[in-house]
Amino acid sequence: MRTRRGNIFVNIDWVSIGIYLALVLLGWMNIYAAVYDESHTSIFDFSMRYGKQLIWIGAALLLAFFIFLIDSKFYSAFAYVVFAIFMVTLLSVLFFGTEVNNSRSWFEIGSFRLQPAEFAKMATALALAKYASREQFTLRSFRDVLGVCLIVGLPVVLILLQNDAGSALIYAALVFVLYREGLNNTLFVLFFALIALFILALVTNQIILLILLVLAGFIIFLMTSGRVTQALWGLLIFLVMAGAAAGLYYGGVWRYDLKYLAMLAMAGGILVSFIIAISRKIGNALIVLLFMLLSSGFVGSVDYVYNNVLGDHQQKRIGELLGFNSDPLGVGYNVNQSKISIGSGGFSGKGFLQGTQTKYNFVPEQDTDFIFCTVGEEWGFLGSLVVVGLFAFLILRLLWLAERQRSKFSRIYGYCVASILFLHVAVNIGMTIGLAPVIGIPLPFFSYGGSSLWAFTILLMVFLRLDANRMEVFR
Amino acid sequence: MSDLRVRRFYVGGIFLAIFVIIVVKLFLIQVTDSSYKASSENNSQRRILEYPSRGLVYDRNGVLLVSNEVAYDIMVIPRQTKSFDTTLLMKDLGLTIEDVRNRMSKAADYSVFRPSVFFKQLTKMQYAYFQEHMYRFPGFYVQTRFMRKYEKSMAAHVLGDVGEIDQETLDKDTFYVIGDYVGRSGMERYFEKELRGTKGVKIFVVDVHNRIQGSYMNGQYDKPAVAGKDIVLTIDSKLQEYGELLMKNKIGSIVAIDPANGEILAMVSSPGFDPNLLVGRQRGQHFDSLMKAPNKPLFNRAVGAAYPPGSIFKMVQALIALDQGVITINTSFPCDHSIVGCHNHPPNTNLMRAIQYSCNPYFYMVTKKLIQRGFEKSIFRDSRIGLEIWKDKVLALGFEQAFDLGLPAVAKGKIPGPDYYDRIYGKFRWAYSTIYSLSIGQGEVLVTPVQMANLAAIIANRGFYFIPHIARTIGGHAIDSMFLKPVVTPFKREHFLPIVDGMEAVVNEDYGTGGLARIPDIRVCGKTGTAQNPHGEDHSIFMAFAPKDNPRIAVAVYIENAGFGGVWAAPIASLMIEKYMFDSVRNVASEQRILNTNIYQYADTAR
Repeated sequence: MRTRRGNIFVNIDWVSIGIYLALVLLGWMNIYAAVYDESHTSIFDFSMRYGKQLIWIGAALLLAFFIFLIDSKFYSAFAYVVFAIFMVTLLSVLFFGTEVNNSRSWFEIGSFRLQPAEFAKMATALALAKYASREQFTLRSFRDVLGVCLIVGLPVVLILLQNDAGSALIYAALVFVLYREGLNNTLFVLFFALIALFILALVTNQIILLILLVLAGFIIFLMTSGRVTQALWGLLIFLVMAGAAAGLYYGGVWRYDLKYLAMLAMAGGILVSFIIAISRKIGNALIVLLFMLLSSGFVGSVDYVYNNVLGDHQQKRIGELLGFNSDPLGVGYNVNQSKISIGSGGFSGKGFLQGTQTKYNFVPEQDTDFIFCTVGEEWGFLGSLVVVGLFAFLILRLLWLAERQRSKFSRIYGYCVASILFLHVAVNIGMTIGLAPVIGIPLPFFSYGGSSLWAFTILLMVFLRLDANRMEVFR
Repeated sequence: MSDLRVRRFYVGGIFLAIFVIIVVKLFLIQVTDSSYKASSENNSQRRILEYPSRGLVYDRNGVLLVSNEVAYDIMVIPRQTKSFDTTLLMKDLGLTIEDVRNRMSKAADYSVFRPSVFFKQLTKMQYAYFQEHMYRFPGFYVQTRFMRKYEKSMAAHVLGDVGEIDQETLDKDTFYVIGDYVGRSGMERYFEKELRGTKGVKIFVVDVHNRIQGSYMNGQYDKPAVAGKDIVLTIDSKLQEYGELLMKNKIGSIVAIDPANGEILAMVSSPGFDPNLLVGRQRGQHFDSLMKAPNKPLFNRAVGAAYPPGSIFKMVQALIALDQGVITINTSFPCDHSIVGCHNHPPNTNLMRAIQYSCNPYFYMVTKKLIQRGFEKSIFRDSRIGLEIWKDKVLALGFEQAFDLGLPAVAKGKIPGPDYYDRIYGKFRWAYSTIYSLSIGQGEVLVTPVQMANLAAIIANRGFYFIPHIARTIGGHAIDSMFLKPVVTPFKREHFLPIVDGMEAVVNEDYGTGGLARIPDIRVCGKTGTAQNPHGEDHSIFMAFAPKDNPRIAVAVYIENAGFGGVWAAPIASLMIEKYMFDSVRNVASEQRILNTNIYQYADTAR
């Protein structure tokens, strides 16, 4: 026993542990700078957030140690149990939780607050790994896809009910895991294509987008079938329909929104082409037409989703990012200030504790979601590069570690960890520099807060524990 | 399987690509773009709202009525405050320690990030002290705003007042932030959107001591405030002032309208108050005492009070009766005192004389012919039909409608119809004999002074009117076109002529009830009214227009509990007409008589 345990500690990937410690330490330094106050300079002042964070860090290290003590088989054996426990917790926070910033996602025990959604990521990753590592699992089976959807969908719905869309969004990262495990190539591309189309539909003229979609359809048709004549006939049908629609509009017969008229014309064109294609048995055309129908329907629904499904603050944040409601005093304030902070850091930064933006609290949430501002302002481009580099190195290393696992369970779990960390880092840093909408999610290991630090520590350490044991598992 | 193993490179590649994009963007904003680095050490900003000056208000002749004065408020952003010298702050502003604590916690309750008012309307001395010590109070700054200044102590009800915004308005309109000022009554409220202008913002760079160092990036991101639109009112300030003088120590209202365009020349509601009472730090206190004062000085009787019109309503009956053909100008009824009382006067040989003598039995008969037309055998059914037609015609004269004239809280008044009496007496359980007091403008008929003046304007125009309004131009632009188009009533011009003649006789012929309204050289047409009411002495009423041909002014005077219309309201209307047309009053005796009359028992306490 003694020798085996010794082996485990030898087998641990100390490089990852080292990066982890470096990130936690850098994070703490920046929290210190963000809440720095001349009258409270002792790092052990537990009334200040950096003092508290020290306690959280100590506890996190202790947690890590215990995780390495537990047998690695525990994690796969109890994956579903852990998942069930956290789903119940997520559910109960809806009823017994405390509301902070409009999200009911906190448990309050004395002065101590815990956010179950942070831990649910780990639980979901375990459950997904367990489910997808079954011998007969395949993403080509409808049942298995449904199973995956249930495992991922359950926490997403529960977290959305807490009104915490940011935390729910993170589960989108699991698409990378599924891709690695055999998700259809087309679906994977489609996932990103839909996101791109959603953004395009919001920022560009939808009529122009519809025209482009029709043209794209014909180009696809031409490329896949090579039937020039039929393509030209089809185009003619669409032109006639578009002409009729324009005639209706400008003739004053129907003065309704031009967008709906264009969509109606498009639907008409598709219908006529569809009938012709069936009668002539041109199979290719059907797929192309279906593509046009679905994509234009999607474009048409974007406005509806944006206006009716998304919450007010989400609309504003997306709108701000895409630049169609510029309001530097309102929603744009955070991002504007955060960009000024980071931008003013310059190449080498203003130096530790020298950030003026930081000092005067111009950026709200500077020690939590916007902690990267302090990095950018006080350490400049060089410091930012180091932090981004450390994250990138850690995440890519985790992918590499995941690939060297013999057990499918460990590999899938590893991919989950890497993907979740990736999306957190990309969205969080992205929002501080105006690349992503403002979504309230923490920067792993950096942001102030016990829940998030512990959750990420557990998430990572469980994987490193599995990795340390990889030679003993044959499956 | 090897097929899927390749995918690790795709996933890794996507991750890496995103990280590269982040690094490139960081490089762009941190290294290449220098705009973020403006003076690297003094880069802290403060955004100060620039309040626009509220639109100015002029009278019809360009006399300035309302202007602005600069005032200073101390604002606080709780999140930016550090521990400060409370004693110094208390000394500067004359506050107690509890005051400071309360104000701080109130501000923090509103928002810790957004500025709220800590101390309103500094005096010059307080401003000077505070300005000097401001660097010792991080998170505090001085906000410049504009306060209203009423140049002339008049027309308080028309002008209205401006006060701090209430929570309800704050929630409804995102334009405002807490502590903003907003029109609360009168045209200040009605034209709030036009008067308020557009707020601007100035971004300043402040140093570590919270002192302003200069504008941020040369004011590139500043937005200037845009002043509110100026409004030219239709009010003639001289006439208004004179009207208020005449109404001193009387309760009631005067409304004067230019019949040629519907412009309200004067709108007096008495008792009134000095509009400057509702400005400044004493506002709350003054508002309270005005609220509690007897006879409601805050209430604009000219548009808000619905009164029984009394005998001036006989003009309406005569007009409708002529229109419906139930009488002619030569119809005569005896003054028999059998049902309604009357005073002693020569016999009514025709309609004109009946108007001149304001004969009650005559108009009792006229209205009876209007209501009981003989369409049906049953008088109950018949009265119902008759009243239906009658009400329709009355409404065409602008009654029972709240004119959108540029003031809030305009009352509709009341013209009873069949449904109304059905509710009281039951269907087919009332006839003309039940409701005859309508005929002489008593009973359930209620009319506002502005509607009475409008009636005078309709008669002056012989059949049409312009919707009465209070604003001539807004921001140099003409008002809504609905005010510029005449509203044509469904009555023939020829039916107005005998009524005009009758009204001329009221003032200018012997035994006319309005002889006190006579003015040498011009023909004033008028009609007296005396309305019984449960509050005491009768209300004294007069409506008039002048001159008879090409009339320039239509006026209604309503004086509560003063007695006969011809005795009090008629001379006041006459003085208003004379003042407007000749700019001076020759009838000094009448003027003195009115000025020295006190019909207002609370006169000393309310002013």
